[in-house]
Amino acid sequence: MKQFITFIRKEFYHVFRDQKTLLLLFGLPIAQIVLFGFALSNEIKNANLVVCDYARDDASQCIIQKLSVNQNMQIEKVLLSHTQIEAAFKTGKVKIAIVFPAGFNASLQHFHTATLQVIADASDPNTATTLTNYISNIVKEYQQEITRLTPMPLQVTTQVRMLYNPELKGATNFVPGVMALVLLLVCVLMTSASIVREKEKGTMELLLVSPFNPFLVIVSKAVPYFALSLVNLTVILLLSVFLLDMPFHGSLLLFYAESSLFIITALSLGLLISNSTSSLQSAMLISLMGMLVPAMLFTGFMFPIENMPMPLQWISQLIPSKWYYTIAKAIMIKGLGIAAIWKETLVLLGMTTGLLLVSLKKFNIRLQ
Amino acid sequence: MAEVLLEHISKTYNRGAVLAADDVSFAVEKGELFGLIGADGAGKTSIFRVLTTLLLPDAGHASVQGYDVTTQYKAIRHSVGYMPGKFSLYQDLTVEENLRFFATLFNTTVEANYDLIKDIYRQIEPFKTRRAGKLSGGMKQKLALCCALIHRPQVLFLDEPTTGVDTVSRKEFWQMLQTLRQEGITILVSTPYMDEAALCERIALIQRGKILTVDTPAKITSAYPDKLYAIRASSMSHLLTDLRNFKNISSCYAFGEYHHISFQRHNNDNKESLLQYLQAKQYQNIEIKEIAPSVEDCFIKLMQA
Amino acid sequence: MKEVVINTNRLTKKFGSFTAVSNISFDVYAGEIFGFLGANGAGKTTAMRMLCGLSIPSSGTASVAGFDVYKETEKIKRNIGYMSQKFSLYEDLTVLENIRFFAGIYGLRNTAIKQKTDQLVQQLGMQKELNTLVGALPPGWKQKLAFSVAILHDPKIVFLDEPTGGVDPVTRRQFWDLIYAASAASITIFVTTHYMDEAEYCDRISMMVDGEVKALDSPSQLKKQYKAASMDDVFFELARGAKRSAD
Repeated sequence: MKQFITFIRKEFYHVFRDQKTLLLLFGLPIAQIVLFGFALSNEIKNANLVVCDYARDDASQCIIQKLSVNQNMQIEKVLLSHTQIEAAFKTGKVKIAIVFPAGFNASLQHFHTATLQVIADASDPNTATTLTNYISNIVKEYQQEITRLTPMPLQVTTQVRMLYNPELKGATNFVPGVMALVLLLVCVLMTSASIVREKEKGTMELLLVSPFNPFLVIVSKAVPYFALSLVNLTVILLLSVFLLDMPFHGSLLLFYAESSLFIITALSLGLLISNSTSSLQSAMLISLMGMLVPAMLFTGFMFPIENMPMPLQWISQLIPSKWYYTIAKAIMIKGLGIAAIWKETLVLLGMTTGLLLVSLKKFNIRLQ
Repeated sequence: MAEVLLEHISKTYNRGAVLAADDVSFAVEKGELFGLIGADGAGKTSIFRVLTTLLLPDAGHASVQGYDVTTQYKAIRHSVGYMPGKFSLYQDLTVEENLRFFATLFNTTVEANYDLIKDIYRQIEPFKTRRAGKLSGGMKQKLALCCALIHRPQVLFLDEPTTGVDTVSRKEFWQMLQTLRQEGITILVSTPYMDEAALCERIALIQRGKILTVDTPAKITSAYPDKLYAIRASSMSHLLTDLRNFKNISSCYAFGEYHHISFQRHNNDNKESLLQYLQAKQYQNIEIKEIAPSVEDCFIKLMQA
Repeated sequence: MKEVVINTNRLTKKFGSFTAVSNISFDVYAGEIFGFLGANGAGKTTAMRMLCGLSIPSSGTASVAGFDVYKETEKIKRNIGYMSQKFSLYEDLTVLENIRFFAGIYGLRNTAIKQKTDQLVQQLGMQKELNTLVGALPPGWKQKLAFSVAILHDPKIVFLDEPTGGVDPVTRRQFWDLIYAASAASITIFVTTHYMDEAEYCDRISMMVDGEVKALDSPSQLKKQYKAASMDDVFFELARGAKRSAD
């Protein structure tokens, strides 16, 4: 046991003395969170809106008032005619326009129904959808307000409730995804690189020709990365909660327990990769190509998996980060307990055990 | 029973495409300083790796201290000392840390066997807090040796420990090995340097995976079949060509200051006829003398066979 | 008056506060076999890199094949040959492919390539190995082939960095036969080596210790000067007092 601790201590030395890797280890997650959180936000702030109000009545004014105080949009101009809308779009600065027909309020009062037109610059469909949604929400809000005042016999109102995230914040989507990605990438990359480097430098030979069980040598390499990953996770968590206003509703303990499981899964994967290659370059390549790209595509935070064709959905089942993403969201955002995520946890457990067993079998006690 | 024994060991790579060791057999006795002498690619590292159980031989048997390298590798790995080529050390650990690590690796402490490495370690002790990657070649060599000795192994395998190291350190290293012999440790050293062969008790000459001969340096050189002469004159490069063209010369190789030659037929007037031949070709300051062959001469002779 | 092909005057290279090469001054004449000796860390490799146009000096002047080492490095590279122990040829290309490749790089015309290839193959006796991967050649052959490729374009000077390291005794000598042949064809040879018997084959030797050229003369003169029986002893005498040794 004492030897094992010696090994772990040595590994910590290696990790802390390799400054470039350390920078990557900590810098990467922080950079990602900041980037995703602030710069690459899918939320839209201060989108330019133009209003064309033929009605000029209480109803339209009311809605316009609501729009003007909304953070996501700002009223660029009030147009005199809807023919000017296209010109406004052509400048590229305006993304959305709202048109109130004449007699808007009157229509509501007498016919209990009214229509307004929302025109969005759909050359960026994502933005268009989002903005349209913002406006729909505001309109619905208004609709609810006026409905309260007058009893309407036949009223079809669409109730839209945005569960858990009524303000459509981007962080809730991205943060668990970034966590999954970062942990996966760092653990797999770093572990496999560390082991393969040992092979390349020739020190692996020395370790093999010794009484120490070489498999334990490998495991000892994983320990510092385990510890560092937990630290990384904490940093990401703190940043997201305090800087990006991300909600955290669930049990912290459960979260860390599940995260630890996922880290071990990733470390086992790194172990497997290192067993299969003997050069640093191929280890890095496999880690990046075999891990990063599928993880980005199939974890589910960038592109919804439900939208993908069936074969791709099956592939995503194989990606560990997908399962962790589901678990993380469940705990952090939905505040659920183990009862809701036991299936996903079992899957991760199974993957880890499988990976470790294969690594053990493949582990070469000789050089060839 | 020999301390290290190889019987008809063969080793190939790339599914038989490369024959690294070809029917290699030799034995090393307990406490011997044994040299495996050969060029790069001769098979030295492959043989060492088979003996340290890092590679499985394709054919043959080998044992270290009576333990079979294939079936009883654990026992061998517990007791031998190994210094692979390029002195594998942990570059970003300090001298001290490296030593302590290897001691712990073998379930011992630095203090326990310090007396064994004392003389060597003293030379690098002033640098004990320096990272191994920042040491000079000679210092790395000494540190690697200490790390290989720290658990007091019975058998020590040193794979090309003097390659890439300056000439002064090389001499010092061999002096250290001589001192270690007194501890009764069996030492196997591989080296491409022929001059180091003379410093071993017994040597095996290896070329292209085949053992050319195994014996003491003295016996090998005395077994040289011909009389060997050293010759020099003005314009050594032309001399080489002219000597090779001389009918009675069987071999002629450059050896620095002199060329070493041997004659095909034993005639009493060999020297004289050669002298006349060269004088006719306007050579000045011709010197011909009989010399005792060196290991290198023997190696060349054996290669040609 | 012999033609000077390499000229250095107080050539220096500093890396930060560390002076790797300090004020070296020497000339190398056309057709010479010039031995450039020194222990690891003495500054040999750094000096050679400057002369090959691979590294810009910190101060001092030098010219190689008539070109300035500061401003005309590309011209230098085109007019010299280079071979080192660490890299010579591509292991996963055949003998013929390597020759063609390097001939192409040196800018030889197709007719010249054909002629040179035949000549080289003849000289080395490699007719049967033309389509063998270099990686599969026996160790000594690679060295000889690499040297022949390095002089394929008939450069004025060829730089050899420990070309015979770890090679068997017979191949080593065959290699020097090639060097002699090249020297006879008026190619200047600038060679570093750790084998002291090879030092004897050189016309003149320079020895670097701690970044400086501490000795420069013919082997016989050096032995007289240091009252040594062999070059090995000369080397030991000079290297013993060195403060630096390599990483």
